[in-house]
Amino acid sequence: MNLLSTLSLLAEAGSLFFTPSNSVFAPEVDNLFDLIYWISAFFFVLIVAVMVYFVVMYRRRPGHSVQPSPSHNNVLEITWSVLPSFLLVLIFVMGFTGYMNIRTPPDDAYEIHVYAKKWSWLFQYPNGAESSDLHIPVGRPVRFILESEDVIHNMFVPAFRTKMDCVPGRYNEIWVLADHSTGTGIKDEDHEPTWLFCAEYCGRDHSNMKAKVFVHETGDFDAWVAKAANLYEGRTMAEVGELLYKRKGCISCHSIDGTRKSGPSFKGGFGTAHKMADGSEVVMDENYIRESIRDPRAKVVAGYEPVMPVFPSSRLSDKDITAISEFIKSLK
Amino acid sequence: MSVGATPDRFQAADVDGAHHREDNYLLASSGLGSWLVTLDHKRIGVMYLIGIMASFFLGGIFALVLRAELFTGQKLFLSEDAYNQMFTLHGAVMTFLFIIPSIPAALGNFMLPIMLGQKDVAFPRMNLASFYLWIIGAVFFLCAIVFGGLDTGWTFYTPYSITTSTRVILALLGVFVLGFSSIFTGLNFVVTINTMRPHGMSWFKMPLFLWALYATSIIQLLATPVLGITGLLLIAERALRIGIFDPELGGDPVLFQHFFWFYSHPAVYIMILPAMGIVSELVAVFSRKHIFGYRFIAYSSIAIALLGFLVWGHHMFVSGQSQLAAVVFSGLTFSVSIPSAIKVFNWLSTMYKGSISLATPMCYALSFIFLFTIGGLTGLFLGALSTDIQLHDTYFVVAHFHYVMMGGTLVAFVGGLYYWWPKMFGVMYNENAGRLFCLIVFLGFNLTFFPQFIMGSRGMPRRYARYVEEFQIYHQLSTMGAFLLGIGMVGAIAVLIYSLYRGKKAPANPWGAATLEWMCSSPPSLHNFEEPPAVGDPYNYDNLRYDEREGGYVVVPGAAKKTSSH
Repeated sequence: MNLLSTLSLLAEAGSLFFTPSNSVFAPEVDNLFDLIYWISAFFFVLIVAVMVYFVVMYRRRPGHSVQPSPSHNNVLEITWSVLPSFLLVLIFVMGFTGYMNIRTPPDDAYEIHVYAKKWSWLFQYPNGAESSDLHIPVGRPVRFILESEDVIHNMFVPAFRTKMDCVPGRYNEIWVLADHSTGTGIKDEDHEPTWLFCAEYCGRDHSNMKAKVFVHETGDFDAWVAKAANLYEGRTMAEVGELLYKRKGCISCHSIDGTRKSGPSFKGGFGTAHKMADGSEVVMDENYIRESIRDPRAKVVAGYEPVMPVFPSSRLSDKDITAISEFIKSLK
Repeated sequence: MSVGATPDRFQAADVDGAHHREDNYLLASSGLGSWLVTLDHKRIGVMYLIGIMASFFLGGIFALVLRAELFTGQKLFLSEDAYNQMFTLHGAVMTFLFIIPSIPAALGNFMLPIMLGQKDVAFPRMNLASFYLWIIGAVFFLCAIVFGGLDTGWTFYTPYSITTSTRVILALLGVFVLGFSSIFTGLNFVVTINTMRPHGMSWFKMPLFLWALYATSIIQLLATPVLGITGLLLIAERALRIGIFDPELGGDPVLFQHFFWFYSHPAVYIMILPAMGIVSELVAVFSRKHIFGYRFIAYSSIAIALLGFLVWGHHMFVSGQSQLAAVVFSGLTFSVSIPSAIKVFNWLSTMYKGSISLATPMCYALSFIFLFTIGGLTGLFLGALSTDIQLHDTYFVVAHFHYVMMGGTLVAFVGGLYYWWPKMFGVMYNENAGRLFCLIVFLGFNLTFFPQFIMGSRGMPRRYARYVEEFQIYHQLSTMGAFLLGIGMVGAIAVLIYSLYRGKKAPANPWGAATLEWMCSSPPSLHNFEEPPAVGDPYNYDNLRYDEREGGYVVVPGAAKKTSSH
């Protein structure tokens, strides 16, 4: 992207500092940003203008000498201490009221559980559906209950103007009410999603820990979430396995094209022998895959750190594991 | 030593020959050994200067590698692991090895006793110990880098720092030892200023740089022990699994953040307060005006030091701490901006109707005012709760603290280095070259960090090795700026080093300053002064006249007595 096209994009977007927003409290945040911006610009221009003016006017040159002026003035000094304080109080109060809106979800909000882990997101909906990208309905308050399985992560959606840490060992919450959809229809291709980033440093793939945010029309959302809840209907086992591979975060460590990530690639691995860290050789079959998911440290492939998390049956059923095995089998 | 005592050595001095004697501190004794065991605060200051400049060079190389990697958003030459280690080491080296000790330990050590008209600090041996602790701490850091790196970020947040396989314990031991070094320096300065001000120098006759160092020392003394304890707890957590920070053992990861920021926020003022002190000196001297609002500037240093202890929670607005805590910390945070603003207004008023010389140190001081104003004002966006939520942990924060810590502290440090260089080494640098590189630093700095405000507010998170395409243009501008800035910094240091070999001999008082360090020869003799200097108003330039034969300023005969009787 070159500079000119960026500048024209910015001109269309209207502001150098904002991206388009999609939450009811975003305008309040943006307005406060603008207010602080103009106050800052005013004082900055004032200070620099006075400084430049003095440097030019009173520069040391032949024939110019210091002119007497007082070296203190209590009235002046107290004035310039107290007057800005009023502006600061104004900014503080506006920031505080905006913050209370961002932090206070309505009682009737739709609830989505957010599981953060190295280095993927899992969103769990009330009907049991799960996804690795975020899908929410438009015009309906949504409350997110944030959890982390390992280290601190942070759910940051710039378009919502909100973020919150996912801290292991405690629940945090945020909420949003999106004011427009990102497209119509339940397929991903029908939408122009926005980004969700992890904003708290969490290790190697921190910068790849992002997801897309889809905001659906109300009817579309109900259809999407119903379909998402029933993974097996209308799909082959291998197709379900591929979905699980993406949604459960396998994708962040295991490639399917041979690329080396923190875990071995799945490509062409099924049915062949692999060398383990303890020197033994193990053939990758259904039993090995099952063991590696339930007890990842039992047999670790040579050359890799034992960093894979345990997936208990509450997270992946035996049927799910079978589907994943079928998917891996299909990767020749 | 009691206040106002006249040490014997002054009476024995050879007054007539004082100016021509070659017994300056650099030549007083020779050989590496004489430096390594020296108790002379000036030599310790010079050794600190060499050490921290080496650290700065190391941290700067890390920064340029990072910026180069970020040019495209895709992998160029660093893996994610290497990137994470690189930004961690950039932050940790710059914070702990460079910017915290830079002004107090190097310039402060050299100048503080001389500005008090004294021979040395109160505890010279402790001063040397402080330097060696710094070396030991730096060695721990280098070991951590060499033996496996460090990838936690300079903040060591738990539980990541408990689980990573990199060298957290080595680095924390380094931080612990560096903390002792910092405490020693702070303690030494507090005692020196309390007990060794010369006859006639009341608190409010003290140069503002010393007020700033005093305020800084108070923070070093009170806050650093908390960092030490936090580091030890984290080491214990990793080694013994005591369960204080690790949620798997029932600990609380947010507790670590409270402990960590209880030190590390005040540490920001350890960085910026001495810089403000330098700028106060520079603006007055190069405007030839009495500093405006002396008492307000002095009080505001103390106010910043004390209020700085009450605002650490603003680093945790999105951690899930209680809403009440967030509101209280936000309110307190705004209170710190008032004393900072007071200083800016005072500096401008000092320039009013002055005779402003754009010598290199003054160019850095003006640059400081420009950059610090941006840094300070952008703090308002982060202090306000609702806007902070959007900006927290984005490049907006990265830009903000670089404007304050680098645009502020580093620029003031370099300005102070140029200002005191003739005193420290007895040579004058090339003024035009100095100004040229100051300009390059200024332009490079703004090109590097201003685009970061924009990409940050548009949602670019910090500490990302890769990023989505829409942020690329800002990263590219920033990277180009960083290399320009690198050229400027290398040039600025090269100008000073070149002057050591080719610079003209410096007069005792090249700038016409009225603080006491300019009353002794350049470079100072081993004992600084041959006789106790006359203490006057540190910002009264009326009795100083330029002397062609000296090439510098001299006291008008008969005027000295008048000022010292104030």
